[in-house]
Amino acid sequence: MSTLTLGRGRVPAKYLPVLVTGCLFVAMFAAGGIRYEGFASGQVVLNVFIDNAFLLVVAIGLTFVILTGGIDLSVGSVVALSTMIAAALMEGPGWPPYLVIPLVLAVGSGLGLVMGYVVHAFDIQPFIVTLAGMFLARGLCYTIGTDSIPIADPAFTVFAQTRIDLFADLWISPSVVIAVVVVLVAAYVLHYTRFGRTVYAAGGNEQSALLMGLPVGRTKIAVYTISGFCSALGGLLLSFYMLSGYGLHAVGMELDAIAAVVIGGTLLTGGSGFLLGTVLGVLVLGLIQTIISFEGTLLSWWTKIFIGMLLFVFIVLQRLFSGGSRR
Amino acid sequence: MTEHILRMSGITKTFPGVKALQDVNLSVRRGEIHAICGENGAGKSTLMKVLSGVYPYGEYEGEILFEGERCEFGSIRDSERAGIVIIHQELALSPQLSIAENVFLGNERAKRGLIDWNRTNYEAAELMRRVGLDENPTTAIADIGVGKQQLVEIAKALAKEVKLLILDEPTAALNDDDSAHLLDLLRGLRDEGITCVIISHKLNEVTAIADSVTIIRDGRTIETLDMAKDHVTEDRIIAGMVGRALDNRFPPHEPTIGGEALRIEDWTVYSPSQPGRKVVDGASLTLRRGEIVGLAGLMGAGRTELAMSVFGRTYGVNISGKIFKDGKPVEIRNVQDAIRHGLAYATEDRKRYGLNLIEDIKRNISAAGLQGLAKRGWVNEYEEYKVAEEFHKSMNIKAPSVDSVVGKLSGGNQQKVVLSKWILTEPDVLILDEPTRGIDVGAKYEIYTIINRLADEGKAVLVISSELPELLGLCDRVYTLSEGRITGEVPRREATQERLMHLMTKGQE
Repeated sequence: MSTLTLGRGRVPAKYLPVLVTGCLFVAMFAAGGIRYEGFASGQVVLNVFIDNAFLLVVAIGLTFVILTGGIDLSVGSVVALSTMIAAALMEGPGWPPYLVIPLVLAVGSGLGLVMGYVVHAFDIQPFIVTLAGMFLARGLCYTIGTDSIPIADPAFTVFAQTRIDLFADLWISPSVVIAVVVVLVAAYVLHYTRFGRTVYAAGGNEQSALLMGLPVGRTKIAVYTISGFCSALGGLLLSFYMLSGYGLHAVGMELDAIAAVVIGGTLLTGGSGFLLGTVLGVLVLGLIQTIISFEGTLLSWWTKIFIGMLLFVFIVLQRLFSGGSRR
Repeated sequence: MTEHILRMSGITKTFPGVKALQDVNLSVRRGEIHAICGENGAGKSTLMKVLSGVYPYGEYEGEILFEGERCEFGSIRDSERAGIVIIHQELALSPQLSIAENVFLGNERAKRGLIDWNRTNYEAAELMRRVGLDENPTTAIADIGVGKQQLVEIAKALAKEVKLLILDEPTAALNDDDSAHLLDLLRGLRDEGITCVIISHKLNEVTAIADSVTIIRDGRTIETLDMAKDHVTEDRIIAGMVGRALDNRFPPHEPTIGGEALRIEDWTVYSPSQPGRKVVDGASLTLRRGEIVGLAGLMGAGRTELAMSVFGRTYGVNISGKIFKDGKPVEIRNVQDAIRHGLAYATEDRKRYGLNLIEDIKRNISAAGLQGLAKRGWVNEYEEYKVAEEFHKSMNIKAPSVDSVVGKLSGGNQQKVVLSKWILTEPDVLILDEPTRGIDVGAKYEIYTIINRLADEGKAVLVISSELPELLGLCDRVYTLSEGRITGEVPRREATQERLMHLMTKGQE
């Protein structure tokens, strides 16, 4: 199963999972369009982007980590912590956004840096290090406050309410623009820089990467820092979206993000996957939610059931693909 | 009671494309210590795997008679039930469990399905006394040294009421004291009536302990000698072991040897897992430009360890010694330093250490030399593709395109990708560890041609190989390594398989 023949062209196996996810997205969209009135519009897709911009940013950061063969469970908690820090600083001492935003990003990156350093320096499984980070960040939220803190800063509210009109009545929010910029920058870095290559090489075969003199340790620390940065940025986008900071924001979001990355075709063992896949993974998750809200009679936890089934299918698919190339 | 406890006759074992064993006969007398000798890859381990049921009945041809009865072992359990226990070179102990638990692993002392701990520890202590292991039975395996772990393995075998004990390279990882103790123990077991088969590269040990020896070469039995009757010496064994057919052809090559490229002086490396054990002991060697130098040594001699410790200290601790590059002393602390000083090391285990199997050819080729293809961190993909295409052609890598995944290529083509990767870093010194292992004859010839070409370009090449004919056919000079020490340096015209094997098996004086 090295290649899939499509007409005359052949698709290398590594693009196959992304292609499958892409087809799935199109099929779901088409099915939704046939079944529900008003579904088959561009705005439905754009709404998926608008509602999941923060998840997309978080999943992008996580993709870096998973590509090295690691995992970051702390992302959801860091998102919550970011909303909390932003809300508390703006509402309490009344800090201006231009101070708050860099500070939040620095805190998120710093947490990631520390976790990455621990993973590398002490050679501890990332699962347990980031699990500790997850508890730590979630706990820190409650040292700031146990209740939801509303955000009334004018810059934030303007940002939250701005619509960027595209052609033909379609619109997006500024968050989507930020998310798209993050996607483009990340894709460029992963694909065209030596750093990006090292990410893939370390995930594909860490031993060989070390014996080639690639800076594996530095790269590992960097990917957790990137993931921390993306989580903090995702937290800011969420606080634009919710206009509040709360310790119970984004509970379980790390799992949604992992699901999106895996459905997007990235191998959990590292070394193989694309950012475009992660984008499609987030879109598929979002579209499932949309379909279920259109259905009306189904309860929201059906989303989880579908995500669960999809994950199973994708993990089995990955096994089949990678089984062929690892012998 | 028959005189022979074991008779294996006409054993033939085929792997896809290779005949590992061909009509091998082995007869072991009751109550003797029987040594099996042969070069790396001669088929010793395969034969023992056939005997112990690792390769089940039906996967090989021939007949096994044990205690006069025909045996058809389907698994290790079957052979152990018959009283045959094999102790592999890589010990099969569970490090976190205690000595007693390991001794009775899979053979637990239980009462009504529950483990009887008193009996377990008591009987373990008994067995430990028999093998001379002075430790508490509840000590974890991880807390005792390799020498003692070896004794635990033997105690484990005794717990299974072993009649025929097979030891594969039992002293390879042991220091002199532990080795001596182990050999004494084997003599003691023989006197208790336990027959031992020992596979060893250390011929001095073989002559010291064995009652008879069977020599295997190229998957065939060469001869079985009675040590006392035939007055067997180390030289006699070597004469049987070597003389492998020179069926590999080698491209002709006239070397143009230039100045010194790399010199290593008094290089000593300690084992990271066993404190105090010297893996490389005061080794010195010199490589010159345009020259292909061989490094010969048997399994466990320290060849790979020497190479890796030089290549950016990727193996070993407490490394001492000097490295001179082009006559100037250099400090090589990590792989980046090594690459910067023009060193390249192609590993013996391509799949584990040499390649990213899930990645395509071009990215594997560019991985180590990406610096030259990138500007301020940005990779020039067009250049990368061009370079990969050039190697695709010049190295004759058989793959549809440079986008093919490396994991799908044959061994020979994978090796060409590894070589391309290192050539791209523009090294002056290439260390090639078993460059033709697992490669078919045609591809071997191509690899030899590439190695010759590299030498002609003025690079110094160090080839580590287990195949003596390969070293004789390819190298201008050969160093021999035994127990971590350089025991000889032989120029091509003086090199014979006998001479090399003699130096390779030279023990410590």
